[in-house]
Amino acid sequence: MKLTKLAAIAVAAVTAASPVLADLVFPALSYRTGPYAANGIPFADGYADYFTLVNERDGGIGGVPAQLLECETGYNTEKGVECYESTKGQGSLVYQPLSTGITYQLIPKATADGIPIHSMGYGRTSAANGDVFGNIFNYPANYWNGASIAINHLLEINGGDISGKSITLIYHNSAYGKEPIRTLEVLAEKHGYDLTLLPVDHPGQEQKSQWLQIRRERPDYVVMWGWGVMNPVAIQEAVNIRYPMENFIGVWWSGSENDVIPAGPGATGYKALTFHGVGDDYPVYDDIQKYVVDTGKTAGAGDQIGTVLYNRGMYAAMLAVEAVKTAQEIHGVADITPAMMRDGMEALEMTEEKMTSLGLPNFGPAFSVSCENHGGPGLGGVAQWDAESGKWNMISDYSPSDMDVIQALIDEDSAAYAAENGIESQCN
Amino acid sequence: MSADFFYTVEVIINGLMTGVMYSLVALGFVLIFKASGVFNYAQGVMALFAAMTLVGIQTGQVPFAHLINTIFGTHLHKFGWEVPTLLAILLALGVMILFAFIVERYILKHLVNQDPIILFMATIGLAYFMEGFGDLMWGSEIKNLDVGLPQGGNIWLENATSDWADGFYGFYLDNLDMWATAIAVVLVASLIVFSNYTKTGRALRAVADDNQAALSVGISLRTIWVIVWSLAGFVALVAGIMWGAKSGVQFSLSLIALKALPVLMLGGFTSIPGAIVGGMIIGVGEKLFEFAVGPYIGGATENWFAYVLALLFLVFRPQGLFGEKIIERV
Amino acid sequence: MFYRESGDFKTTYAKDTQTFPIKLDRMGYYVILAVALILVPIMLMKDVGGGANYWTNAIFLPFLIWAVASIGLNILVGYCGQLSLGSGGFMAVGAYASYKLMTWDVPFIGELNFVVVVILSGVITAGVGILFGLPSLRIKGFYLAVATLAAQFFLVWLFNKVPWFYNYSASGQISVPTRSVLGFQVTGATAAPEAKYLLCLVILIVVALVARNLTRGRIGRSWMAIRDMDIAAEIIGVAPLKTKLSAFGVSSFFIGVAGALFFAVYLGAAEVGEAFGIQKSFLLLFMVIIGGLGSIFGSIVGAAFMVLMPVLLKNIMVGHLNWATDIAAHFEFVIVGALIILFLILEPHGLAQLWRLLKDKLRLWPFPH
Repeated sequence: MKLTKLAAIAVAAVTAASPVLADLVFPALSYRTGPYAANGIPFADGYADYFTLVNERDGGIGGVPAQLLECETGYNTEKGVECYESTKGQGSLVYQPLSTGITYQLIPKATADGIPIHSMGYGRTSAANGDVFGNIFNYPANYWNGASIAINHLLEINGGDISGKSITLIYHNSAYGKEPIRTLEVLAEKHGYDLTLLPVDHPGQEQKSQWLQIRRERPDYVVMWGWGVMNPVAIQEAVNIRYPMENFIGVWWSGSENDVIPAGPGATGYKALTFHGVGDDYPVYDDIQKYVVDTGKTAGAGDQIGTVLYNRGMYAAMLAVEAVKTAQEIHGVADITPAMMRDGMEALEMTEEKMTSLGLPNFGPAFSVSCENHGGPGLGGVAQWDAESGKWNMISDYSPSDMDVIQALIDEDSAAYAAENGIESQCN
Repeated sequence: MSADFFYTVEVIINGLMTGVMYSLVALGFVLIFKASGVFNYAQGVMALFAAMTLVGIQTGQVPFAHLINTIFGTHLHKFGWEVPTLLAILLALGVMILFAFIVERYILKHLVNQDPIILFMATIGLAYFMEGFGDLMWGSEIKNLDVGLPQGGNIWLENATSDWADGFYGFYLDNLDMWATAIAVVLVASLIVFSNYTKTGRALRAVADDNQAALSVGISLRTIWVIVWSLAGFVALVAGIMWGAKSGVQFSLSLIALKALPVLMLGGFTSIPGAIVGGMIIGVGEKLFEFAVGPYIGGATENWFAYVLALLFLVFRPQGLFGEKIIERV
Repeated sequence: MFYRESGDFKTTYAKDTQTFPIKLDRMGYYVILAVALILVPIMLMKDVGGGANYWTNAIFLPFLIWAVASIGLNILVGYCGQLSLGSGGFMAVGAYASYKLMTWDVPFIGELNFVVVVILSGVITAGVGILFGLPSLRIKGFYLAVATLAAQFFLVWLFNKVPWFYNYSASGQISVPTRSVLGFQVTGATAAPEAKYLLCLVILIVVALVARNLTRGRIGRSWMAIRDMDIAAEIIGVAPLKTKLSAFGVSSFFIGVAGALFFAVYLGAAEVGEAFGIQKSFLLLFMVIIGGLGSIFGSIVGAAFMVLMPVLLKNIMVGHLNWATDIAAHFEFVIVGALIILFLILEPHGLAQLWRLLKDKLRLWPFPH
């Protein structure tokens, strides 16, 4: 035991004593192993490849090379803490915690350390209120937006009236899965649909009961908040009971190729929410091919390029890079600090022209962040799976969610957090 | 009769089928526990590993490709051939037999006569090892397993029964579940025949009864262990195929072991028919509870209810339904 | 030669029955205590090498807290022979009890002191543990282990399902409010590393001392009698009901304390399925077996092994050899698994036994006999 301890001391001392200088450091708390590895790998690859692209093509951001610090969490909260503690001293600019559990962990820690967190499409929804959560960002969309976008989509295909329709929410029985319930309940009152809740316990390998119930009750629509193995099993079961797939909508974490491919051709028509483009039909992929793939610098095997989660990782990296550029403009220095990064994220503005110039025309919604609003406008679209071509297709534009309803929920939840933790207004 | 009645029947039948799927996993535990008294925690990981190996061979994946590529900077992924399903299954079985040899040679041999809990712990170490090793060998992305088993609700049955009651949509039965049931029946029957009518089978039972006595009449314990672990590897492969066809082959496959434990408890650790009957009771019990009580207490009860159900049985029969009577002497 | 037991004469009963009767052991113990209680906190306070936060949050806290839990489980498994896989659930009870107690505005008192909260969480967990220990009167061995999984799954489900436990928060996560002990903040992100470290360390020392003295007293001997053969024990007058349930109670108390610390001091925010899932139950059992069944020292070493080993391997493989993180993580599993098997083959009775053998060697060294 003494030997192990000594060795650990020696190792950590050396590790801690080599801070990275004069680089823009982006930690990546990736999960390429463990129960969710299948989803973690493409995201991590996309995140890493975009920074490689920026370094290779542009020589860094504003002339300063970006450096990626990858740390494996295995989606495990304690490993996430270890990763955070071991990378935060090395000039880390922004954290993508990539798991609800780790995000909740890091919210107070990173706030105390003054490092911004970008939990893109996950994490604590009410962090969208920048007045309370000064260091936490969750643009461009959060779970409550997602729930509302799903309902809006149903409204749209029903000509604006879904009263009397029955909607079943099948969800992962965890903090993550329970996120949309409040919003869907409030919206049910507003639009007059019936909501049924169907929890599935982790990991969700066995869902016969739930799908037999859906088969019995024949809800008009099924909305899914699933994760990991729960997704492919649910989609397979839906195919098995011959549920009309176009009435089945998943959140953006239930809409990757991994989830639909195992169900085969029957999965055609399944819909999933998204807040970024799908497929690899964007000019930036030519650059990635040229600067990253052809030079053999891909983070992973290179076989994930263009998948939904790869795109999401790349999108996250792109937003981080743009935030750095904004920060560099504001402060007039190239080698920015985490505090400057925070300012950059808060002043971030994504316009159509900007995305086109990056080779990502219409890849995500145009939005801007402000001090009060760290969640963006909450725009999102719907993509539909086509098994024959093996592709997701966008079937709607990035459309707004019901912010009247959601903003009230966000204010309520964040006010409770502020009161509990004695947080003063960050914007005044 | 009302639709509700038929729906209840439907839940029960589906529960039975699901139970058989649990039994497939539980069988592996029973085989090893019966012959060597080892509670093999690694059974779930073995199922995952077997399924990964099958898919890997079938699709011509290069083993350790990721590792080799990282070290040598190469870009190996696939051999470029596809192995026919049946041959791939045989090859995967070969790998599992090889695995049994290695386990016996490097682990069990050194742990003869240790406490059960030590052997249990060793299998936990084995599970850790295989989890990492399997991922290194075949990669941790999700894989599609297609061995040609039909999936989806049986349309014929559904149509034939759909007019039995008002508001009843016909019985739903998954083709895959029916296959699983058939395979489980064949598997159990052949295991029973094997252990009752072949020489090796009798040797297995002798070892299970009393390994000292078995040794003294000239039965080689080590050979028996290799055979038992190979059999368990085979059962793991079957379980891996059935579950992998349902959800794709990925990490969570190893967690099905947790669904097999209440089955074991209920059926007894030492009984092959017990694993099947126990599986059916658990399957029906948890499905019925979720159907009848679940909606009132918020659902997602299946994970714990299976254990509570098994616990209730155990209070009355502490050795499980079919387990050998525990006789204690001072 | 290096480890001497001779020449150490006792003249009073008190001296003969002290925790470390051998002088050398005692000295070693005092040195370790001095280092742990004085030197390490000073180093953390001065932030030597700049890693105070890393060391505390990533290494010391998990190690100390797991050691507390591991002592708890060892009482049940190692001393009383009752295999349990419900520890994750019991830790969750401790964590949620502490959360409810901390957010409870007690009439006339207001905010409860954090130490009181931790102790009460332990007491509540002990109650739950005794309840789930009842089947142990009928069920034995691996059947019991599987039966305790019922507790694990049910408790996790319960804390997830009933909103009262997480104060109706939107997502079901519980977050710790800031609390102080003796004027030093110990929970929350702004707590000083040395304060958190010292709190957990003191609790570990107290728990170890209590456990040590319980296990060598009357109650501990009755536990061991039940472990070695329950029927025989019953015949010589050990009441199985009282003994088994007391083991469940004491063990759950410690595990509950560990659960409260795990949530409040170490994690700061938790969700039951993720923080206290089934894998925690297994991890704790590994610690106990690897460390050595029926040994307090073994519990601590086992916790150190299971907590430090992966971190150490990761730091070597990723930090120094610059391996890809996923390959390193896979190798971490392979190596930890291989080491577990290797240790069991070399010494089935755990690291504590290895230490005993080492002492035997040192006693005679350099002479063979």
